Amino acid sequence: MSSESLDEYLEAIYGFNEKGKLAKNQDLSEKLKVSPPSVTQMVKRLADEGLVEYKPYKGAVLTGKGMALAQKVVRKHRLLERFLHDTLGISSEKIHSEACKMEHGMSDETTAALCAVLENPATCPDNDPIPPCNLNVESCDQCSEARANIEHAPLTTQLSSLKPGEKARVAFIRGGRNMTQRIIDMGLTPGTVIKMLHAAPFRGPVEVEVRSTSLALGRRLAGQVFVYVEDEGRPWVRAHPHGPHHEIVRQE
Amino acid sequence: MSYRKITVALAGNANVGKSVIFNQLTGLHQHVGNWPGKTVTRAEGTLTYMGHEIDVIDLPGIYSLSAYSIEELVSREYIAFDQPDVLVNVVDATSLERNLAFTFQLMELEPRMVIALNQIDVAESKGIIVYPETLSELIGVPVVPTVAVKGAGLTDLVENVIDLSTRPKNLKPLRYGREIEKSIDTISSQLRMELPYPKRWVGIKLLEGDEKIQEIIFKEEPSLRQVVEAETLRLERIHGHDIKSIIASERYSLASEITQNCMSLVVPETTFGDRLESVTSHPVLGYVFMVATILLVFLTIFAFGDWLASTLDAVFSVLRTLYYDRLGETNLTRFIWNGLAEGIIGGIVIVLPYIAPFYLVLSVLEDSGYLARIAFLMDSAMHAIGLHGKGFIPIMLGFGCNVPAVLGAKIMETERERLICAFVATMVPCAARSVVIMGLVAAYVGFEWAFSLYVIDFILIFILGRIAYKIAPDEPVGLIMEIPGYRLPSLKTTVQRTWFRLKGFIYEAFPIMVAGNLVIQIAAVLGLLTIVGRLMNPVTSGWLGLPQASGVVLIFGVLRKELTLILLASLMGSNDFSSFLTPLQMFVFAFVVMVYVPCLSTIAALVKEFSLREAAIISLSEIAVAVILGGLIFRVLMVLGLP
Repeated sequence: MSSESLDEYLEAIYGFNEKGKLAKNQDLSEKLKVSPPSVTQMVKRLADEGLVEYKPYKGAVLTGKGMALAQKVVRKHRLLERFLHDTLGISSEKIHSEACKMEHGMSDETTAALCAVLENPATCPDNDPIPPCNLNVESCDQCSEARANIEHAPLTTQLSSLKPGEKARVAFIRGGRNMTQRIIDMGLTPGTVIKMLHAAPFRGPVEVEVRSTSLALGRRLAGQVFVYVEDEGRPWVRAHPHGPHHEIVRQE
Repeated sequence: MSYRKITVALAGNANVGKSVIFNQLTGLHQHVGNWPGKTVTRAEGTLTYMGHEIDVIDLPGIYSLSAYSIEELVSREYIAFDQPDVLVNVVDATSLERNLAFTFQLMELEPRMVIALNQIDVAESKGIIVYPETLSELIGVPVVPTVAVKGAGLTDLVENVIDLSTRPKNLKPLRYGREIEKSIDTISSQLRMELPYPKRWVGIKLLEGDEKIQEIIFKEEPSLRQVVEAETLRLERIHGHDIKSIIASERYSLASEITQNCMSLVVPETTFGDRLESVTSHPVLGYVFMVATILLVFLTIFAFGDWLASTLDAVFSVLRTLYYDRLGETNLTRFIWNGLAEGIIGGIVIVLPYIAPFYLVLSVLEDSGYLARIAFLMDSAMHAIGLHGKGFIPIMLGFGCNVPAVLGAKIMETERERLICAFVATMVPCAARSVVIMGLVAAYVGFEWAFSLYVIDFILIFILGRIAYKIAPDEPVGLIMEIPGYRLPSLKTTVQRTWFRLKGFIYEAFPIMVAGNLVIQIAAVLGLLTIVGRLMNPVTSGWLGLPQASGVVLIFGVLRKELTLILLASLMGSNDFSSFLTPLQMFVFAFVVMVYVPCLSTIAALVKEFSLREAAIISLSEIAVAVILGGLIFRVLMVLGLP
């Protein structure tokens, strides 16, 4: 499949999921103007690649990995809409199709730069939220330094996007000092491998396995924990020791 | 051997069996209260062993010694300032890694310390085998394996404690990464101020950005701020993460390595707990199971409470008759009975039938691990009123009686959430209010009107909850908690905990209830009430449209809301409410009784948990809401044509 059509599918599914709905094949077919059989085929392929979970007759929902990819492209799309609308003054009717064409060619670094110039807008001109920045920064001041390496960064999304059974590795935590401290204290330190145990699809708290304990997190807090979802085909292993260490010698 | 008094503090994560160890050690020799000026339970008890008198303090269950919650502050201040002779760190063998990260934080405070490696039986059933000797060698702290619910290993633990208490302090905290130790060293070597905390610990806390410690140190030694900032920057550059994450990661990766070196895993069998887990966490069945459990609990408690309350009432009315028969009914005897006995009776009739069973059930739900699951399932719903999932438990208790609900608000993490939770809980229609609503509105006006009162109350809870959420100070916190595996609660612990909680309540709240009752009775005897009632007339009659007598009734209602009906009937000289109240008046009266003020026991609980100020604010705002809305409802319904 071409990356462009992949992006379009993910974007479309994201659009439904965002409103708390599963993406039905029929709806996708109407939205993407593609025949129902090819939608069926494509959704099956997305499911095989672990990007969506497909429930027959109900529809598709993005997995954490699918969400990470979808967030990237939706973020580009909506930032572009903001830019076209606010900065260039293009009329509201045209910005959508224009952004659709531009989003596929734009690099992640340029996207981050665009976001910084637009002062990290929260929503697109239609008031849909722009997926959050996934750089490990505290404010936009650190953006230019952080975005230089963005092309090598593993796929990142929020803990709240993971589906039951999915594993991921904690990347960083964003948010108030108190809550960050609390989240880290409970064992969600950067590098920790976690597994989603229970989560309702679109709302409510999540339950994750972390360091062989089970931890419940409200949806908002789970949205503050950013995770790497890319495993490059390797099995998830335990967290790599963080930073240089003194040795612990097991005494026989 | 010399007879000495030894102080021991128990510290550990929540759900590790710390309280079970505490109860096993101290039995009935304990006292449960609050830490001075804090809404944090302080449990203290004594134990005598081989001529030693050992004082045991059960510190709250926490995950860190940061300044995130009051519990954490209380714990670290206690360990550093009060310097217990020995610190017992209770560690759950089933989640060793997470527990050890906290152990390392305790070790940073360099106390005399011994680890109770608890629940080794549960760990084994999960296929986790921990080697205590290896763990002890790796971290340099004695480790005693225990199974607290069965009392196993506790003698060994106590002997270790006694032995340790005679030795000089020589605990060596574990070293973190070289570059981190260097920063800690740089900071603590420049530290001049003498604090009860070890210098290395202060260095770590300054580095971690602990606001409390920074405030104390930087006030005295402003030059250190630059040093700390430079070291923070240096470490953040090396690691690419913020400083809090770096230091926590150090502790956790150390914990992870040590855990892997002192335990082995075997494939466990599927246990009953696992199967229960899969049902109760199921997206649909989980809710069915929860609703069924709660309904069952409620119906049982209500049925039992109603039965016991009416039995007790009957007993006391016999006593009263006897009392008057013997001593004659004079002003003095009447005053003694009403002023003194009624206050105590009021307390007993609330405590025994409702509060005791609620405490019992709460303890069982807590210990079995199901409470955490309920909080998880209810999180979304509770967000509507500005609380997170844990808040559901006190709210649920509130339907029985607001008192345990206010006391139960303790399970929230911060002072802010506790206050919001307690406030919302005082609005929940308790059993006493239901008596008034059912006995007056449902019986005389119609069930749908009674039902609408509940609906109004829930809307009020929703709105006032949102307002409290907005105006309460500090950052709101979301749900974050461990979901422990299911286990069978120990009968001994359950009974003990229920008893001590009850005792705590009786000691704190009874004096207020008795005194409050006395004040009102004295006012009645002096004729002040009639005057106050007359002064209230513009409000009660003019604005709310109620009969003249209702002013006095409402004042008495503060003692026990269900008594308002009886009192009104006796003042009006008729048991048929329709003979002196219009349906409209009944509805307004029930509404006002429902909302106007928490009853005296609840106010006592609020004072105990928060302060007089909070109790006054909550009571006054509810009076205001009741009066304002009561008058509006009166007018609206009149226009709508309710007679």
